[in-house]
Amino acid sequence: MPTPIIRVESLRKTYRIAERAAGSWNAIKSLLRPSYREKVALDDVSFEMQPGELVGYIGPNGAGKSTTVKILAGILVPDRGVCTVLERVPYERRIEHVRRIGVVFGQRSQLWWDLPVIESFDLLREIYRVDKTAYARLRDDLIARLDLGSFLSVPVRQLSLGQRMRCELAASLLHAPDLLFLDEPTIGLDAVSKLAVREFIRDLNRERGTTVILTTHDMDDIEALCSRVLVIADGHILSDGSLTALRTQVTRERWLTLDLENPDTSVTDPAATVIKREGDRVTLAFDPETIPAATLIARLTARVGIRDLFVGNPPIEEIIARLYGERSR
Amino acid sequence: MTGLWPYFALFSARFRTLIQYREAAIAGMATQLFWGLIKIMILEGFYHGTTRTPPMSLAQAVTYTWLGQAFLAMLPFTANPDPDVRNMIRTGAVAYELARPIDLYSLWLSRQFAARTAPTLLRCVPIFLIAVPFLGMGLPPTLASGAAFVVSLAGALWLVCSFMTIITISLLWTISGDGIARLVPSVTLLLSGLIIPLPLFPPALQTFLKWQPFSGVADSPFRLYFGHLPPEALGGVLLHQLAWSLVFVLIGRLLLRRGLRLLTVQGG
Amino acid sequence: MRNVYLRLYVRYVAASVRAQLQYRASFFMMTLGQFLAIAIEFAGIQALFDRFGTMRGWSLPEVALLYGMANTAFALADMFGRGFDQFGTMVRSGDFDRLLLRPLPTAFQLLAQDLVLMRLGRILCGLLALSWAMGQLAITTDAAKIVLLLFSLLGGACVFFGLFVLQAASCFRTIETLEIWSTVTYGGVEAAQFPMPLYRSWMRDLFTFIVPLACLNYLPASVLLNRSADLGVPPILAWTCPIIGFVFLAISLRVWSFGERHYLSTGS
Repeated sequence: MPTPIIRVESLRKTYRIAERAAGSWNAIKSLLRPSYREKVALDDVSFEMQPGELVGYIGPNGAGKSTTVKILAGILVPDRGVCTVLERVPYERRIEHVRRIGVVFGQRSQLWWDLPVIESFDLLREIYRVDKTAYARLRDDLIARLDLGSFLSVPVRQLSLGQRMRCELAASLLHAPDLLFLDEPTIGLDAVSKLAVREFIRDLNRERGTTVILTTHDMDDIEALCSRVLVIADGHILSDGSLTALRTQVTRERWLTLDLENPDTSVTDPAATVIKREGDRVTLAFDPETIPAATLIARLTARVGIRDLFVGNPPIEEIIARLYGERSR
Repeated sequence: MTGLWPYFALFSARFRTLIQYREAAIAGMATQLFWGLIKIMILEGFYHGTTRTPPMSLAQAVTYTWLGQAFLAMLPFTANPDPDVRNMIRTGAVAYELARPIDLYSLWLSRQFAARTAPTLLRCVPIFLIAVPFLGMGLPPTLASGAAFVVSLAGALWLVCSFMTIITISLLWTISGDGIARLVPSVTLLLSGLIIPLPLFPPALQTFLKWQPFSGVADSPFRLYFGHLPPEALGGVLLHQLAWSLVFVLIGRLLLRRGLRLLTVQGG
Repeated sequence: MRNVYLRLYVRYVAASVRAQLQYRASFFMMTLGQFLAIAIEFAGIQALFDRFGTMRGWSLPEVALLYGMANTAFALADMFGRGFDQFGTMVRSGDFDRLLLRPLPTAFQLLAQDLVLMRLGRILCGLLALSWAMGQLAITTDAAKIVLLLFSLLGGACVFFGLFVLQAASCFRTIETLEIWSTVTYGGVEAAQFPMPLYRSWMRDLFTFIVPLACLNYLPASVLLNRSADLGVPPILAWTCPIIGFVFLAISLRVWSFGERHYLSTGS
């Protein structure tokens, strides 16, 4: 068995948040003796990742995603627990560590705003001290794959969001990192750019074997890319495994969608629940162990006129929402 | 009268926003006290070593300095008189302003009134409370002097706001406007008496200093306060302030019309 | 190793300068504005000398020497240290993470990320005041004094730079004290423009022992002006005190790296 590229065990991180009451007197008082509240960002988080994996890391805002990523990237020190990335403790020697990883923040740029793209790349080469010939090869390859050729000499501030994100991806890979962190890489992109970015990430992972951690709110990203998903909420890992395993963990439920001939028809069945109704389209949830799909369909078609029907899994958003729901209950 | 209502509503909304920043006000006040002290020690250095008779006493110069610190937020010394409008111009969102059924000049002018008065009220009261009992700041010698000061302050406010609105408008010419906006503060600072009191400038310059617009911003009201100008001089001061305000309003409106034409040609 | 950093610094600065020169007209206006701001303040001082003749026995050229030293040193620090001055915004927006993710020391990145060219206007003005003063005072002939002057300028720039670094380090804890820092920095420039005996003892102590600006300005200037007898300290001390500037900067950088380590373990 190969050594894991990331090993995290019982990681815990709390933040101190300065508490402030309203009013000028309290403002002065808190200057002299600030009072703090503890907020647990990560509590007993453990997981491992093997080289070459492409893992989705999802959770609601404030769940601890970015805290984990910051610790793995070496820019935050945990309170407790073991963390080994690329066979070293990331935050002990930040500079050596960050040289071997790549990070893309979807909402924040690593390029020089007023400089042409290509000059940002050249500057990054110097910062990461990449050998000239290796750099030229890698750069040209990235430019070709991400189709950056037509705007290399345009200042970054004039790029469209989709163009900029492709440049960010290239910029984070110029030093050939073994491990890539992607934080919301498709946020705000149009459909075409999204597909291009996804395809690039998939090829990068398959062909070059780069290990990728992808945090996102876009479940289509997860479904298109990730064989494995980590779900975090309130600082706890809720689920770790394949998408299929995640589904079965949460629910056996299947969804039956009907297009009615007459939109006013009422649709009910004792073994299924109506969960959505939009115009002439009705969606019912049922448990295949209590009632097989065929039986349910036969029973319904006997009673109501149906133009079309479709049986499927609940969307991944629904699964995740339920997972969070169970947690908060 | 009802025509003024929307401007008043905008003014009060802006005023309430600005008054929230209490901590900024406390820190700002500490800064102003510290600066005032440095300036006063420097003035003392000049007064204590000289054999000549200056045109105003040290006590008066000290009061003048504290008045300058107390009303600093009201005075035209920022290169960015209206950050919101500046952003609007930078992002092109100013086009939406054009779509409102409101006179843009009056709108921007009323924003200036809010931006100049709210922080001033917050900052000047504490400075009076500290500088009068402890730091050598004087009070008006007579009730009449005090009243004349307050009235002339209203004139100064008009003068400042109509001038600052010109600066805001000049930002429509993004590049050169920004440059001009940065040149202006140091000049107005000098001409209004905030670097050194205007009466301490050489006698040859006094006539020019009296007639130029910025004496009405700080110097004349301050001198009315401690009686260096008698209360009877109020009429002349007001006339000077209002005449220059009128000039500034006219220039502002003219510039705005040209600026907007520029905007519509460029397409925002 | 050193060589690598130097090359990188040049690359970073070239990028920053290119960005500034993209708006050429605005750049020249701002440089001129920087020049004017200082020149106008100096005009104010000149007016005071015109009115009072002397300042506690100090002549205009003597004060101009202090004035030139203080402003040149500050403008140098401000030109190179802008990255630290702006650090508060960087922490608040989370952009500091970006620096941490690069394989370079953060202090180096902040130093390199911005070289504010328009400060040349202020430096030029400071140097003009200096050379005028030196001409008037006939200092130019004494090589030892020139060396002392250059060292004092460098040391003074280090103190101001150290203040920017400390201000940035304080942002690791809270960004609400920013205005206090700028009071010390800008108040320091203002105070250093005049001879220290002018000030009450608490302020003299502040600018001698806590923020050692006097050691880079008033003390060496006294030697340059053959006034070291007034000091009450051995002249040799005045000769060596520019070193204090370098020490101050070194301490500031230690505080910075301590603050950064603290920040990494507490997060935000």
